[in-house]
Amino acid sequence: MTKAKLDTAFQTVADAGEKAFVPYIMAGDGGLSGLNERIRFLADCGATAIELGLPFSDPVADGPTIQAAGIRALEAGTTVQTVLDEVAKEKASRTVPLVIMTYLNPVFAYGVEAFASACAEAGISGLILPDLPLEEEGMVTEALKKQDIALIRLVALTSTPARIQALAERAEGFLYAVTVAGTTGERASFVDQLGTHLKALTEVSKAPVLAGFGVSTPEHVRELSQYCDGVVVGSKIVDALHQGNRQQVKDLIASRK
Amino acid sequence: MALYPTETGLYGSFGGRFVPETLMPAILELEQAFKEAKEDPAFQEEMAYYLKQYIGRETPLYHAERLSATLGGPKIYLKREDLNHTGAHKINNTIGQALLTQRMGKKKVVAETGAGQHGVATATVSALLGLECIIFMGKEDVRRQALNVYRMELLGAQVVSVDQGNGTLKDAVNEAMRYWTANVEDTHYIFGTAAGPHPFPQIVRDFQRVIGDETRKQIIETEGKLPEAIVACVGGGSNAIGMFYPFVEDQEVKMYGVEAGGKGLPTGEHAASLTEGKAGILHGSLSYLLQNGDGQVQEAHSISAGLDYPGVGPEHSYLKDAGRVTYDAVTDEEALEAVRLLSRTEGIIPALESAHAVAYCKKLAPMMGTEDVLVVCLSGRGDKDMNTIREAHETGGDFND
Repeated sequence: MTKAKLDTAFQTVADAGEKAFVPYIMAGDGGLSGLNERIRFLADCGATAIELGLPFSDPVADGPTIQAAGIRALEAGTTVQTVLDEVAKEKASRTVPLVIMTYLNPVFAYGVEAFASACAEAGISGLILPDLPLEEEGMVTEALKKQDIALIRLVALTSTPARIQALAERAEGFLYAVTVAGTTGERASFVDQLGTHLKALTEVSKAPVLAGFGVSTPEHVRELSQYCDGVVVGSKIVDALHQGNRQQVKDLIASRK
Repeated sequence: MALYPTETGLYGSFGGRFVPETLMPAILELEQAFKEAKEDPAFQEEMAYYLKQYIGRETPLYHAERLSATLGGPKIYLKREDLNHTGAHKINNTIGQALLTQRMGKKKVVAETGAGQHGVATATVSALLGLECIIFMGKEDVRRQALNVYRMELLGAQVVSVDQGNGTLKDAVNEAMRYWTANVEDTHYIFGTAAGPHPFPQIVRDFQRVIGDETRKQIIETEGKLPEAIVACVGGGSNAIGMFYPFVEDQEVKMYGVEAGGKGLPTGEHAASLTEGKAGILHGSLSYLLQNGDGQVQEAHSISAGLDYPGVGPEHSYLKDAGRVTYDAVTDEEALEAVRLLSRTEGIIPALESAHAVAYCKKLAPMMGTEDVLVVCLSGRGDKDMNTIREAHETGGDFND
């Protein structure tokens, strides 16, 4: 059921001739007690799914905005357990699928099998681990499969054709197409060949292809969505929520249609 | 012992390559380039040339008679890595990786540095080979090691001060990895210690093993036997693995890796990842790690900037679990005492890092016989630490007789 919830959400969007929009928020940033309310707010804005960041002390794939959000969350005492407990509270009523993004060590410290089963209990549909490449994913695949949780893989601008092929064939949940060579965070523009790259990914991927990293304006959302199945927006959403600018979040998500 | 690392970079259950997909192609390219270089006589010849003519190898294995007499017990030999060009063992690795950078057709290098030794060694070989060089250094280390910052800049490198986290080595590695991710097409990351994603632990070990290879040959020449014991300090573990590796199969040689005990293990303010940590993933590999129960990496503490790191190379984790090497820790205070001891008995001022190994000799010597031989890897010289040592002297213990 968990993974299927994600597949259904993407299918619904595609059937309506629309594009997916997956906002990222850092769990515990702004207080854990407000987490479920934020999730409901994003769902009401039209989020297709929500990416929930679990903070890690050394987030090497993240730029300054998400690093800072992670530090705020950790300073507020956020842990894997408190986040999962919090989201589990509204599991029954929640319709929007949740995907967790974190680094391998918090999962490893929790215990991979225990983590997968706790995620399933909390109603999590997928997991993104940016420091777990294809070569090492055996560490988690079995545990996730057992709990029916999608391992969402990242494909990079630097990925070779053979790696793209391997990642596309294994894709589940969605294929996360990293749109920049670098970390998360706002960018003014993207490389010229990005559209061709994204389009090629949609042709080989077994799951929807979502573009992410640096996507920060309604123009970016519209531009990139032409070439693939939708976008992931992180830093901009984290920043807007931190500033209390919910209108900006609404406008961004609305730009998916 | 088993052959390691495996094809996929495993040392027992440790190691691996836990990096973002953006870096994976570069990691594989590096692995291939390293494999080819190792088998290329021209590369070996080039390495040998620079090691001898530029770095000044081989370094002496010096019989420290006054130190031996003072501590009682074994004959203590110092492997004088402090006499290398730039004053530490770090350059053994940077010259090798800089030559690899050229082989891969890249023109830029990035590196992290703690004490500044690896940064200086990287800036040095970059100047030598005409590579563009950017160094990430924690804000706290920039303060502690101001002279080394100036040295790197004088050598033409750009030094970036990192103020994330505690502003020490761990944070510098994070930023260097982020920079590498954004510039991977034309930049090689010269990793400074025997940690990080495969193949870095292996590359660094293979470039540093010259320490142990020379020691082995030298001690047989002078003493006609292998040493009873070897001591080296361990932060990430590059000088130690370079010293230990050629002796791993010699079961009669006892080996000791000395970590930074900081203010003392019970205070929790230390950098003793092997002694006190548990397995976890940081900076691309699975190894012993200082972390809390929730998998958050903890800040390390040491008076020695070069040992101030919460992780350690995966091969050390393997050697610990295999029972081949004993890992222990000495405190800041013991290291400072050892600086004074070696300075006064031998006229050699050790780096604070290396002083940890010297301090451990005080513990080992009483347990060894007079016919026994104890080799200490003196990984670097203390010039860079003068301010830190003087501050500690003025504010803390009494180092006068």
